[in-house]
Amino acid sequence: MTDIIQKVKNLSIGFRSKKGEEILILKNITTNIKKGETVGIVGESGSGKSTLALAMMGYVKHGLYTIGGECQFNSSNLLKMKSKDLEKIRGRKIAMIPQNAGQALTPNLKIGYQIDEALQLHSDLDEREREKKISELLNKVRLPSPETIALRYPHELSGGQQQRVAVAMALAGTPDLLLLDEPTTGLDVTTQAHVLELLNFIAKDTGTSMVYVSHDLGAIAQVSDRIIVMYSGEIVLEGPSRDILKKPIHPYTHGLLKSIPKLSLAGLPESMPGSQPQPGIIKGGCSFFDRCNFSDDNCKNNSPKLEFLKDLNTSVRCFNYEQLVNENEVSQTVNKIKNKSLDKEILNLSEVSISYAKQKLLDQIFNRISDENPTVKDINIDIKKGETIALVGESGSGKSTILKSIAGLLRTKDGLIKFDGSRNLSSDLKERDPNDLRIIQLIFQNPDESLNPNHTVEEIIAQPLKLYFGLKGEKLKKNIIDLLQKVRLGEFYMSRYPRQLSGGEKQRVAVARAFAAKPDIILCDEVTSALDVSVQAAVLNLLQQLKEDFGTTYIFVSHDLAVVRAISDRVAVLYQGRLCEVGPSNDVYKFPSHPYTEVLLGAVLEPDPDIKPKLVAEDIVEERPPEKGCSFQGRCSRIVGDICKKEIPPWQLTDSGNAIRCHIPIKELQKQQF
Amino acid sequence: MLFLIIKRILLGFITLFIVSIITFVGTEVLPGDACTTYLERQAFGEQLEACYRRLGLNVPAYERYVSWALNAIQGDFGYSLSGEMPIKDVLGPRIKNSLVLASAAIFIGIPIALILGIITALWRDKLPDVAISTVTIFAMTIPEFISATLLILIIAIWLEWLPGIVIVPTDVSFLELLPNIILPVVAIAMIMTAHMARMVRSSVIQVMASEYVQMAILKGVPYWKMVFKHVLPNALLPAINVVALTIAWLLGGVVVTEVVFNYPGLGRLVIESISNRDLPTVQALAIILASIYVSINLLADLLTLMLNPRLKTLQIRK
Repeated sequence: MTDIIQKVKNLSIGFRSKKGEEILILKNITTNIKKGETVGIVGESGSGKSTLALAMMGYVKHGLYTIGGECQFNSSNLLKMKSKDLEKIRGRKIAMIPQNAGQALTPNLKIGYQIDEALQLHSDLDEREREKKISELLNKVRLPSPETIALRYPHELSGGQQQRVAVAMALAGTPDLLLLDEPTTGLDVTTQAHVLELLNFIAKDTGTSMVYVSHDLGAIAQVSDRIIVMYSGEIVLEGPSRDILKKPIHPYTHGLLKSIPKLSLAGLPESMPGSQPQPGIIKGGCSFFDRCNFSDDNCKNNSPKLEFLKDLNTSVRCFNYEQLVNENEVSQTVNKIKNKSLDKEILNLSEVSISYAKQKLLDQIFNRISDENPTVKDINIDIKKGETIALVGESGSGKSTILKSIAGLLRTKDGLIKFDGSRNLSSDLKERDPNDLRIIQLIFQNPDESLNPNHTVEEIIAQPLKLYFGLKGEKLKKNIIDLLQKVRLGEFYMSRYPRQLSGGEKQRVAVARAFAAKPDIILCDEVTSALDVSVQAAVLNLLQQLKEDFGTTYIFVSHDLAVVRAISDRVAVLYQGRLCEVGPSNDVYKFPSHPYTEVLLGAVLEPDPDIKPKLVAEDIVEERPPEKGCSFQGRCSRIVGDICKKEIPPWQLTDSGNAIRCHIPIKELQKQQF
Repeated sequence: MLFLIIKRILLGFITLFIVSIITFVGTEVLPGDACTTYLERQAFGEQLEACYRRLGLNVPAYERYVSWALNAIQGDFGYSLSGEMPIKDVLGPRIKNSLVLASAAIFIGIPIALILGIITALWRDKLPDVAISTVTIFAMTIPEFISATLLILIIAIWLEWLPGIVIVPTDVSFLELLPNIILPVVAIAMIMTAHMARMVRSSVIQVMASEYVQMAILKGVPYWKMVFKHVLPNALLPAINVVALTIAWLLGGVVVTEVVFNYPGLGRLVIESISNRDLPTVQALAIILASIYVSINLLADLLTLMLNPRLKTLQIRK
């Protein structure tokens, strides 16, 4: 068997708890990586996937240690190797592409030096040849003007460019095996699609084996030949990529695929109950037992072994996989959203502009903001009572800025924000009265940071109840219990601290806190981005249920276009702080007319090997909006002439009610779709 | 970048201006003045008037401030009251002595602090770290008047190796001064070194845990190359400002140590002139100490700016 490049045998890695117990992060992992293949390792946070990838380089993080097993590379065990010998393998035979290139590049060293360092260590080239090689590598990862990029520092590049540099650095040693740890997480959709396309090209071009670690099944689907699914430190399913994505025979993978929203389907996906157990909690039985729809008594008492099924070429760790073998492709059932959106408008944004420019002394005196080219400009949206409107766009598109302004955290430069047709909310927090504050509540992206770690759940939810309604004693307690029940948390959660809750539970507490104020509008800022996929669907379903009960209006911001598709009635597409398109979700997603909407939707990765992203525009990052003309002129592939550079495009209305801002006539835009 | 430097220098001058006003006003509102202190019980009638005229105290306060400030800019701080000699002649040797003491402490202390800090961080939780960290915490917590007194007791009195207090004229040559300053330098350096070593340790540990260091390891960079190229430049940047503050503190006179060792530096001069009500000298000292703090902080900021590529480009872009 010469075509196996890395052999992982019975590997267990763990740490010792304060009580002296041995807690396993990886449990008895055995797998092989073959020459030239790309293996995707997928799992939620805490499943041990990154620990496994690092172990394949012979690296075990501070605090963890190898309990048993080995990682064999060229028939020597990396985990027992001396660091002198490891230095010769790392970077030369096995290279790593890190998750966050922005933090994985040393800040005080130039890009060129960091690549040169790898070349010095792992090749015999002299200085001249190395210089040439650096240019070649930067060219290969498609960075513009390699000579000047080499002289820059990491912070002078955009996120996508940093990731490309990390790829170039890894390729410098011409490794046989590339390990990629969530290499596209944190990048914008369009950048992500481009980086993945580059990785695919490199895999084909160099024949390097790749191990691609990610929580994102969409990204894994695009690159991998084989998929390993991990759940709480164990391999639960391993097999050819297509089979696993189309016909997963493990209940966890099955549920996971069902809970991911798809671009083609409106409505909320089914959710999986519970969340992945913390390391060290499971004592006996199958680790997925309490979340499984197929479990029986056998699963409760005995742990299943990983079983290899020859005819399917798949390994599975489940007693009841046969029930799934005969099932057809994962059919997704969705709960259609039923919003009673009224004709009454609840919030009007008219001609809103917001600026981050620093106020000069003179402006401070006259209390004005002077900025010719503000971050957000000319936003006109009328939001109806009871609807869910989503703001989408890449980072820097101004979607969060608009939320902040509505919440009063940022004052507007020009324009009006009106609530209920009469109340003016253009001013900032200081000028709003308590009732103005109550009607708009926020739910943040990261519940770890938005919940006070020193308050119990009871205190957290009591705050708005005391502040806005002056509740006390028994009445206060009853209200808190009511709210907890509404977000499906039991009464016993009251005395817990945020650190004692899982990510999904924390976000539920944050939701309960927002609803405690009985708001009319809730601003949701990337509320599911920090959650695992299986938990995300549950939170989305909860938000929808609460909305139907209370008739609340949601303004939803997310970079995940499939999530937006699932939950929203209307979508507003933003680029560089300017609106491109506003319309009903169904129409925007079915016929993305504006060139930018087309680029954005084309780049979305779906967990289906048959749906490839369409790469229309270059993934350039623009630092600031253009002074004149259309905001998208810098990246548009359909520029019709000078008019795009000089004049702000007019609003055009389609028959179905989409409003599009483009110089190209609407009929033509729609024609190009087919 | 140039604009930034000019801005910082201007801000420094504004700070000094404010300090000068505060000290001037401060000395004005205190009861009594130079003449009443000087003449003591004869401070009345004709004699007092004459003294006021001689020292120019009979003109309005703001006029005195302006003329004092104009002279001070040219380095002329007027006359000291106690010794009746120009203040700059009093200050000159004192500044020199303080500089000698401070630079000795700096040249010995900073390298030791860096080395100890780096060793403790790299061998974190191992024997070298535990041993050195115990000593540094100990050195940090003993107040300097105790460590200084103990040094005198052991080295000067029991062992009789070095003089216990400095009894030389203020204007001796460096070689003559040398044996006298060893004990004060050791007393100061102990605390300073311990402080800085702890700071360097935590800074290096923080950088060692960063993703880019993990990346460098995974890239196959040999250990010591990684330490010198990827860890230290990033870990020592934040130390610059702490070092600057320490230097300013040293130059500004380590009052307690100077008093314990009877060392003729700026710190003791401050104490002396305050207890002698020598207001012109106090004013001059306040300005000089403020200038030391302002200029050293300015230097440290510029150095950080030069060494940190991130700040550099940020400033240029703006």
